[in-house]
Amino acid sequence: MSNLTAKEDANVAIGDHAKDFQLKQVVTTNDNIIKLSDLRGKGVMLNFWATYCGPCKKEMPYMEKLYPEYKEKGIEILAVSVDATELVITNFVEEYDLTFPILHDKNSQVLDAYGIRPLPTTYFIDENGIVVERVLGELSLEKLEGYLKQIEPN
Amino acid sequence: MNTKTCSTCGHPNKEGTTICEKCGKPLDNDHKNKLLNMRYDGSAIRSKTKNRSIVDKTWNFFSSVKIGVTLITIALVVSALGTIYPQKMYIPTTVNPAEHYRDQYGITGQIYYQLGLHELYSSWWYMILIAMIGISIFIVSIDRGVPLYRALKNQAIKRHPNFLKRQKLFSEIHDYSADDKDRFIKNLKKHRYKISEQDGHILAEKGRFSRWGGPYINHVGLIIFLLGTLFRFVPFMYVDEYLWVREGETAVIPSTNQEFYVKSEEFIFETYGEDKEDAIFEKALQNNNAPVPKHFETKAVIYRDVSEDVIGAEPKLEEVKRGGIIVNEPLKVNGLALYQDGYQLNEFKSMSFKLHMASDQQEEAIAEFTVDLTEPNSEYQFDNGYRIELGKYYPDYELNDGQPSSVSNYPRNPGFVFFVYGPDIEDREASFLAIGQNIPSGNNQYKIGLTDFSVRDVSGLTVRKDLTLPILGIGAFIFMIGVIQGMYWQHRRIWIHPGGDGKLLIACHTNKNWFGLSKEFEKVIDGTSFSMVEDQERKNDL
Repeated sequence: MSNLTAKEDANVAIGDHAKDFQLKQVVTTNDNIIKLSDLRGKGVMLNFWATYCGPCKKEMPYMEKLYPEYKEKGIEILAVSVDATELVITNFVEEYDLTFPILHDKNSQVLDAYGIRPLPTTYFIDENGIVVERVLGELSLEKLEGYLKQIEPN
Repeated sequence: MNTKTCSTCGHPNKEGTTICEKCGKPLDNDHKNKLLNMRYDGSAIRSKTKNRSIVDKTWNFFSSVKIGVTLITIALVVSALGTIYPQKMYIPTTVNPAEHYRDQYGITGQIYYQLGLHELYSSWWYMILIAMIGISIFIVSIDRGVPLYRALKNQAIKRHPNFLKRQKLFSEIHDYSADDKDRFIKNLKKHRYKISEQDGHILAEKGRFSRWGGPYINHVGLIIFLLGTLFRFVPFMYVDEYLWVREGETAVIPSTNQEFYVKSEEFIFETYGEDKEDAIFEKALQNNNAPVPKHFETKAVIYRDVSEDVIGAEPKLEEVKRGGIIVNEPLKVNGLALYQDGYQLNEFKSMSFKLHMASDQQEEAIAEFTVDLTEPNSEYQFDNGYRIELGKYYPDYELNDGQPSSVSNYPRNPGFVFFVYGPDIEDREASFLAIGQNIPSGNNQYKIGLTDFSVRDVSGLTVRKDLTLPILGIGAFIFMIGVIQGMYWQHRRIWIHPGGDGKLLIACHTNKNWFGLSKEFEKVIDGTSFSMVEDQERKNDL
């Protein structure tokens, strides 16, 4: 019976309102704070990742590949890095030529609020701010595209 | 409702009653010479009498002791099965469980997975099983307990002679004096029997409360205990998290909704042999190759975020309390206790380098700089025209398939790629540095060398809250009271019936420990002419 704990439950699950947060955008020239609720009306792919996470490295190019097309269709990709230092994120983004917004959760507040355990963890949020899908682990190109289609605003 | 009218006193008894509630006449005329079944004092038990509606059938199912024992046995067996392979929560979160169990444990692993044993303890059918045990305990207690309570509360003092004759311990006394009877009753009182009298009939009773101990009070305790374990599902009641915090760093405390933060001011790690007082341990320490830890402590400060901003905004921290977290002395905040639970010593915090000519034997510094590993700059500019760029930084460097990469977030094994720019450098010179490595990109004119470093310790803190413990404690305590009540006391009754013709009928009953009762009876008849009661069960067997 001692194994019966609430640990397994996600803090933000499918069907929930995605908790609002704001984080500093990094690897950008202007001082930009991005707030999730400001993106209401757009579909949002919220990806938690880190530079030291192998599967994250694999799916990043897929995200980059689909980003321009789906940005046109009203979807924003937010990649929240849980790395300790901004420098490693900068190194990584420059190496992979990523163009979507990269946010830095330096104090792990959003990580804690969403109860993220494995990396990557990806939330697909519709235009009303409702979580449509939550994916633990790596995404393939096909799966990623399928999920993006689900959150395309009408 | 069907009733059974007593042929002697005319009292209408509920169907299923075996001993008349009013006069105590046995209602089962067929077995005249057999001993009376005194279970539940002959009262009607719901599950034994009604079996018509679906409610009756459900009630009867759960009130069966056989079913109860079967349910407990099944729960024990499946609980054991669930421990054969690790539960899903203990396998890596990124692997596919369907493949993981098959690949790791073969065909049995696949069966284990397909039966759902990998998520046993939170599966709906396991919960139903546990709930059924709870219901069974509850219903069986009410089914037996309520009629028994009523029967004993309203028990008659005057009993039918057949009631006495068919008790296990019985005697008929012919020649006795009034003194003998008085003496007998006085003795009973001395043995703390409660005496009730009606028309010369006497009922002496003691220890009735022990009847509630065994099956009823301890069942209440068990049910409270079960509820307590279920409350672990409620995040408000139970928290068990882990948190790493580095010296000088402030980290959010899990499960506080980002309201509380903890800062480690210092981690103290002492080993035996550092103090003079430790001299007495010298011999023991010599037998140990590694240092023996003596004291772990995190000097911590707890803050509350008083800003009303959205998650992720810079917190506005106000100090709540500060103190040392020692293994069994947690720091408590907001109902949570932070325990000292782990540590990592000497994680790199900063590294200092100097730039010198590669050919210079003296390695005289042209430029010196320090890289703060918690927040490294990407560029270091010097007045003498040199500039060093930190091109790549790997906190926990490892070479994977020829590709340098970091395997964690923490500077355990830092690796750097520096680009040196200078007045006499045409383009730039690159060097790679890591612990024990200093690799120039080519025929470099300049070299970067490590001059110094600083380290810090990391504290592992367990964040714990368990409001279910008092519930478990109360449940266990009530259970124990029930056990003690039922084990150390017995419900003993002695009936005296003036049988007429100058004789007395005496019968004794106890719910357990018949030997103790006969020993007591021997003492009670001491000094009277009364004869010892006979064990009719044994007599019948002979």
